[in-house]
Amino acid sequence: MAGELADSSSRKKEALFANREEFARIVPLLRERGYAVIGPTIEQGAIVYAPIDSVEQLPIGWTDRQEAGMYRLERRADDAWFGYVVGPFSWKQYLFPPHTKMSESLLTAEGWEFRAVEDDAPMYAFLGVRACDLAALAIQDRVFMNGPYVDPVYEKRRRRALTIAVNCTQAAPTCFCASMGTGPHCRYGFDIAVTELSDGFLLEVGSERGEEIVSGLATSAATELQMAEAHQRRARAVAQITRKLDTHDIRNVLLSQLEHPRWQHVAERCLSCANCTMVCPTCFCCSVEEVADLAETRVERHRSWDSCFNWNFSYMNGGIVRQDIRARYRQWLTHKLASWIDQFGVSGCVGCGRCITWCPVGIDLTEEVAVIRGEAT
Amino acid sequence: MAEKPRLAVLKFASCDGCQLALLDLEERLLELGESVEIAFFLEASSRIEPGPYDVALVEGSITTPHDKERIHEVRRQSRFLITIGACATAGGIQALRNWADHEEFLRAVYAQPQYIAALEKSTPISDHVRVDFELRGCPINPSQLYEILRSLLHGRRPRTPAHSVCLDCKRRGTVCVTVARGIPCLGPVTQAGCGAICPTYDRGCYGCYGPAAQPNLVSLTSHLISTGVSQQEVVRTLRGFNGYSPEFRAESDRLAPP
Ligand code: SF4
Ligand code: SF4
Ligand code: SF4
Ligand code: SF4
Repeated sequence: MAGELADSSSRKKEALFANREEFARIVPLLRERGYAVIGPTIEQGAIVYAPIDSVEQLPIGWTDRQEAGMYRLERRADDAWFGYVVGPFSWKQYLFPPHTKMSESLLTAEGWEFRAVEDDAPMYAFLGVRACDLAALAIQDRVFMNGPYVDPVYEKRRRRALTIAVNCTQAAPTCFCASMGTGPHCRYGFDIAVTELSDGFLLEVGSERGEEIVSGLATSAATELQMAEAHQRRARAVAQITRKLDTHDIRNVLLSQLEHPRWQHVAERCLSCANCTMVCPTCFCCSVEEVADLAETRVERHRSWDSCFNWNFSYMNGGIVRQDIRARYRQWLTHKLASWIDQFGVSGCVGCGRCITWCPVGIDLTEEVAVIRGEAT
Repeated sequence: MAEKPRLAVLKFASCDGCQLALLDLEERLLELGESVEIAFFLEASSRIEPGPYDVALVEGSITTPHDKERIHEVRRQSRFLITIGACATAGGIQALRNWADHEEFLRAVYAQPQYIAALEKSTPISDHVRVDFELRGCPINPSQLYEILRSLLHGRRPRTPAHSVCLDCKRRGTVCVTVARGIPCLGPVTQAGCGAICPTYDRGCYGCYGPAAQPNLVSLTSHLISTGVSQQEVVRTLRGFNGYSPEFRAESDRLAPP
């Protein structure tokens, strides 16, 4: 149903199989239906999400090696299409863009004239959404679309977007979705979910829109053997997840440790550079600025990504509230893992590991939490 | 501010690149010409109007005994004194001589060093006179300059970013060169302003906009050294266009005591 977010959990359809050649047709099929297809592709030495017009642009035969503060692309031994995990960017780039012009106002003879800016973003088809990112989309849905204040930019883009999920068949050492209960298996929130097999793809349909797309491909009912292979590949990802975050009573644990010496310890390492919040698929902070011409008769309102790590982000009423890095790191971690639960009913972390990899000094939130819990030193 | 405030653009030891940023405003400069009187701007016009000025944009660092006197006269003549660029704000690239033997440099460069009247150190304007606002950058960002002038015209505080270059990197979709390629980058400790140009073109940030608010230099340099970057290279990275800014200077001096 167009305009409805995929609710794949309520649909239990049998899995289908498409060979590689057939599955490749999904990109032109989506394009014919007016979608701008965004998928993983290699740019600037990393796998990013960018517009693609053919599966040829996928990182076929490539993988990523990730550690705290380190990311490298490497050749695979095979020609897998989805043999890597998540990169520095996430789908929020497209749904909650880094810069948006929100409105403009003009001083006319009759006074100020206010105009909303119509968002002209295309209808997106996201190809290759991982389980952690499905969870992140669901979290940002709560942030931007629940409650009395709905964000029009996010809502319009999100309702029109089609989500093609990919089950992970391997994990990086930075992944901890299992601890956060978000992955690696895609269970909800997709229009189509894909598991890559040795000779093709296992497809699960999660919505009517997804069904309509899949019906355009020549598929067959998946055999028991194919189902078993998919299961075994997904199990490999589960087995590869080694990083853990103990979420038991985490809200109370963190909020009762606001004076723990570890906050000072991490403040000595943290650069307050904001990279972790930028790469996090759930962080939603922004700042809004009015930009005027010299005579101040034409004013535009711009919204840009911002972060609690910025020194003056907590400026209010004549002063900056979070004056040092200790206070800012504590804000980030306690918002993600504790006060987010009060605010939105879920954790703000989906365990994707991006903030660990893309921190220039390799700070790892799972390690910080373990120390604050008293599990490690 | 007066009906048509008077603007002066003055030069000390510098390359003129920041003054050019004013010319780079193009049609916005024409717009500006309607609101302010450009009284002194040798880069654009040989017409010289004497002071006093409402706004003086000062480019360049203090490197000669004569300039050391002249800056006081500029201060006396100007209601608002705004430094533009890394030279005026932090001593500039020419402040590299502050770590070297000045006499030796003079002998090496000039056939007749006895005719050269230069100070031993290149110093920022604020070491000599009170500065009302320091606009960072090597060179400055024309849009930020425009914002400063606009804010002065309307009597409000200028808005320039205090965040790191990293934030702009991510906003524009640039992949981190340090994490993905091991290239040392000053972005995490540098104030934004350029829009993250260098990482976007495969280089580490050179720190052109000077130290960000509360830069954690010790953590960044320790991490770079632990990942195999030599201490010498880290020191060289810190001693760039803003190498003589108090924060960058303190860190490079900690690693390589002068
Ligand atoms: S906090 Fe880190 S691991 Fe958790 S969702 Fe954000 S980027 Fe991913
Ligand atoms: S962690 Fe910081 S940047 Fe992220 S949503 Fe919370 S306050 Fe905003
Ligand atoms: S935790 Fe890392 S990425 Fe986040 S602000 Fe600190 S140094 Fe930057
Ligand atoms: S390339 Fe440099 S400025 Fe950009 S995110 Fe990395 S460390 Fe920061």
